[in-house]
This record gives sequence, structure tokens and C-alpha cells, in this order.
Amino acid sequence: MDRRRWLASAGLLAAAASMPRAARTQVRRDIVDAAGRKVALPARVERIYAAGPPASILVYAVAPDALLGWTTPFRAAERPFIPAKYADLPVLGRLTGRGNTANVEVVLAAKPDVIVDYGAVNDTYASLADRVSQQTGIPYLLLDGTFDRMPDAMRLVGELAGESARGEALARYARETVDGVSRRVAAIPPAKRTRVYYGRGPRGLDTGLAGSINMEVIDRAGGLNVAAEAGRGGLVQVSLEQVLRWNPAVIVTTDPTFFAAVRGDRLWGSIAAVRSGRVHLAPAEPFGWIDFPPSLNRLVGLPWLGHVLYPALFTDDLRAFVADFYLRCYHRAPTPAQLDTLLATAAPRPSG
Amino acid sequence: MRRRTALVIVATVALLAVAVLAGMSVGRFPVAPGDVAALLLARVTGAPSGVAPAIETIVFGVRGPRIVAALAIGAALAAAGAAYQNLFRNPLVSPDILGVSGGAALGAVLGIMLALPVVAIQGLAFCGGLVAVGLVYAVASAVRGHDPLLVLVLAGILVGALLGACIALSKYLADPYNQLPAITFWLLGSLAAAAPADLAAALPAVLVGLVPLWLLRWRINLLSLGDEEARALGVSTVRVRVAVIASATLMTAAAVSIAGIVGWIGLVIPHLARTLVGPDFTRLLPTSVALGAAFLLLVDTLARTLARIEIPLGVLTAFIGTPLFLWQLVRSRRGWQ
Repeated sequence: MDRRRWLASAGLLAAAASMPRAARTQVRRDIVDAAGRKVALPARVERIYAAGPPASILVYAVAPDALLGWTTPFRAAERPFIPAKYADLPVLGRLTGRGNTANVEVVLAAKPDVIVDYGAVNDTYASLADRVSQQTGIPYLLLDGTFDRMPDAMRLVGELAGESARGEALARYARETVDGVSRRVAAIPPAKRTRVYYGRGPRGLDTGLAGSINMEVIDRAGGLNVAAEAGRGGLVQVSLEQVLRWNPAVIVTTDPTFFAAVRGDRLWGSIAAVRSGRVHLAPAEPFGWIDFPPSLNRLVGLPWLGHVLYPALFTDDLRAFVADFYLRCYHRAPTPAQLDTLLATAAPRPSG
Repeated sequence: MRRRTALVIVATVALLAVAVLAGMSVGRFPVAPGDVAALLLARVTGAPSGVAPAIETIVFGVRGPRIVAALAIGAALAAAGAAYQNLFRNPLVSPDILGVSGGAALGAVLGIMLALPVVAIQGLAFCGGLVAVGLVYAVASAVRGHDPLLVLVLAGILVGALLGACIALSKYLADPYNQLPAITFWLLGSLAAAAPADLAAALPAVLVGLVPLWLLRWRINLLSLGDEEARALGVSTVRVRVAVIASATLMTAAAVSIAGIVGWIGLVIPHLARTLVGPDFTRLLPTSVALGAAFLLLVDTLARTLARIEIPLGVLTAFIGTPLFLWQLVRSRRGWQ
């Protein structure tokens, strides 16, 4: 191939690659996303690249066949909960315009019709979305990740991927689950709310202040966050002395190291929650139940926390609910053994 | 000079006593000063104190180990800093100049990423610190024909940069929701979870490091004259240097593995001690140890009492250490040697 022809074909290739798929498809539609950005989309969206872990769980639940890949690899303990054909999807990395782990060219090679991001919506994320969209030529949708807007996000992804019925059904299911728990705990007077401490990190001394996204599910399950009196904010460190003073009735954690250590610990042993065995490890397979990633995976944590915090009020079958949730959202019902593992930490374990 | 030193030592010991008593009496959990006094008296006399067991747990179970840890770590970092500043004949040197903090941090970060128990995280941090300094020393020994101290510092900077890159890579690959906050908190430094078991492991290491520095105090003094002069006076400079580096590394690695990264103490406290008692290492070492212990204990007491949440030690030592350092720099007329 002589030099001129090589240059010409390279130019053509570059032009074709830079042309967004949306532009090549004739029919287009405009969607206004959560940040108020008008995004032009192809009429049929078959390939969705989820920009972060929350988005990949959302897209996987609503339209698993449109999901192009995951942002992080599954660990061995997580894989069995996902059907193999979805678990084997490639790992493409995060692409949010900041803190990327994805290579833009790898994402482009997967030929997505749209990039979906699900989480905080503000000017920073909106401008980052615009940048990624300009750079790649692929439309970039921002969805509002707050708990109350979850049904809207499910509906939108359903509509987007031609799975409107599934999106609608999941949206209703999510609304009913949240409302069902809210209704039950609404009747509890503030003085009778269970005082709960959420311990993160290997030593259990990291916790979330009032209003932090980490505490959202605990708040909704009617728990009284003992750290709320320290103010509003995000994750902070507290001293053991402060936890002893709070003397919570229940401790919830996401850290297996802390969970294993706290029962035998002499100092923690004087806390009411440890004495009565009400220390609970939130399950994390395949996705965390109560805190992270902040996506629809937290729905299953709501009734779990209801059982943990108010056993007299939540007397219905948690096991059946969990099995149903996994089938609906993760497309595979857990085996009885898997259910045993998931629910092993839900019951109090009095010491001795 | 001798009278001044005696005065300084008396004042520092008084400061230490006040700091310990304050540390025992204040905190987020309300404990009456009378209860603390009764508990201390009961410990001395062996008679029952009549104080509720919950209060006793707070004072001796929670505050006690934390106070001992703050004293030991403050003393260790200040002693290591004083020894290094003498050894390298440079006032800008701090205990982590040879990469011990970076190595310990990488060890701890790996432990957190592998979700290991806390003891294993601390063990990895300790080993990481020792390995990093060992690596620096090996690299420096392999390079010949230059000023050995210069090469040592250069190797420390290089290995430190490499470790920094490894830590950054680990943070990048860590789970952003769970591991990353844990790593960030660890790197900021805290004594929030200091437990008796930590002390049992760290205190012997600090002592093992401190004793050789004291025994070698005359020779370390001579090192500040420069290698040739020291050799002319019959000091085996290489041996003393290895002993100082090994001792300082052992102490710093133990301190960092318990408390995370606590900067400033190893740099500022020896300076403060030098303005008080002069550059003579035989006086500088005990003064640095006492001042470092008192300083970290006071800072840690602030860290756990100022707010309901913990204030990271690394942040607070820098906030307090920087003005202190500047004040002393402006005021000081005494040369550092």
C-alpha cells in the first residue's frame, strides 16, 4: 500500500471511528437526564456501558442483556450468585471522567450505544459527563442515585433498553419494598427507636454521620444512628470511648474482620449490643446489602435491617423475600445453602 | 548549662505528669476526677476502689493503653529524629528519611486490601518498614565512591518515591466504598483503637531501639563532628551508623504500625529540645524523649476530646507542629551544632 492510499484509508477509518453510533442510526430521540442535559439517543439501545458499580447493578437488574461489562471483577465468593453468562462479561473499568480505571479505547471497542452513570448529580458530574461524551462521541446519561428516585431510574433504563415492562415491574417492586418498611417503622415513637451504631473498617471505629449516604438504609429501616449527634457529614473516625458512651443496642457492620474480633473483645464487651449478641454483619454477596455500592442492591438490606432492629415488628419470612429479590434483580434464585450463608448473621448470637 | 538541663528535666517531668493525669481524667465518657483519683489510689494500695467497673474499664481499659501508646510513640519518634539529625548532621532530617514510614504504610495498605485481621495489618506494617530501610541500606552500600551519608539519603528518597507509587497504585485498585476510606483513615494516623495487645508488641521494640541509642550517646555525639574527625577520635563510624539506623528504624516501624503515619514529632521535637539544652546528644536524647512523649500525649488527648469524632493525629500534629516550628525558627539564635 503506497503512502497516499494508506493515509487516505487511515483518515477514513478515523472518521468512521469518531462518528457516534447514534449518528449512524437514522431514528433518534431526545431524553432529558437527571442533570437537565438533553441527550440524543438512537431509537434502539442494545448495548449499554455502565460507568460505575452503581450503574452496572442498575442496568444488570433491569436489562441484563444490554450490559456490556462490569466495572470491577467479581470475587470468588460473589460469582455463584450471578448466572455464568452475565458473570463472565468482560471487566471494562470505571469511566466517569475522573478517577477512571477504564481505557477509553477499550470502552469504544465495546461499541456502546449509550453510557449510563447512576449516582450523585451535580455540576461537576454533569460537566464530566459532557467531556466524556465529547471525547467519545457516545451519549452519556446521568441518573439520580438517591433512594427516592430509584424507581424512576429503573423505569428510564427499562424504557431505554426496550424493557419497559421489566423496568416498570421493578420500579413498583422497589417502591412497595421501601414503602412497606417505612409504613411499619413509622408507627414507632422516636423514644422507642433502636439505637444503632454502624461500624466500618477493620477496627469498627469508622462510622457515618447524620445524612451520610452510608447511613441511608439504616435511617430508612427506622434505626436511630447514635453518631447523628456528632453532626452531619460523611464517614468519620470515632474513639472507642465515644462508642462506649453511646452504648448502642445494635451494632451493624460491613467488615468481616471487625465482626470476627468484636465478640471476643473485652472492651467492646461492655456495650449493650455486644452483651446481648446483637452485632450483625451485613452480607456482601454479590453486592453489599446496606451501604455500598449505593444502588438497588441496598433494597434487600431494608427488610433485613427491619428484622435486625425490630424483630417483633418484622415477623414475615425474610428468607422468602431474599430469595425473591435475588431472582428478580440478579436473575438467579439462591440455593438453600447460599440463603443459609446470607442470613447467618441476621439472628442475635448471645455469647456463652 | 548543667543547671539549665536539670531545670528543663524537672519541668518536662512535671509536664508529663500533668499530661498523664489530664489524659486519664478527660474524654468523651464522663468520669468524675474523684473516681480517677480513687482508681489510682486503689491501684497503689491494692484496696477496692468502690468505683463502678464500667468506669474502671474506661480509665484503665480504654484511656490507659492509649496514654501509654501515645507516650511510647511520641518518645520513639522524637528519639529517632534526634539520632538521625545528629547522624546526618542535618536539621531537616526526620525519622522517615530512609523510607520507614512509606514501607510501613505500604504494608498496612496491603493488609487492609487483603482484609486481614488487625494484628496481621500491624505486623505487615512493621515488616514493611524494616524491609524498606533494609532495601535503602543495601542500595546505598552497593554505591561506592561517594559521600556515604549523601548516598543513603538519596537512596531513601528514591525508595520512598517508589513506595509512594506503590501506595498510590494500591489506592487506585482498592474498593472505593470500603477499602479506600479504611486506607485513608489509616494513613492519617490515629490512636483511637490502641489496645493492650498492641502495646505488648510495640513497647519491647521501642525499648530495644532506645537502649542502644542511650549506650552509644557519646559516640553519636562525636559523629556530628564529621566522619573523619570521629574516626580520628577512635569511633568506628560505620558501626555506629548501622546501630543508629537499626535502632531508629525499629522504633519508628513499631510506632507507625500502631498509630499510622504521625509526622512532625520526629522533626520538631528534637529542635525544641536543642533550643532548651543545646546540641549535646547526652542531654538532647533524654530531653527529646520526654518532650516527644508529652507532646504526643497532649495532642492525642486533644484529638479525642475536641469533638465527638476523632481528629486524625497526623493532621493535628501538623497543625500544632508547624506554628511551633516557625516560632522556634524565628526565635532561636542558637546554632544547631
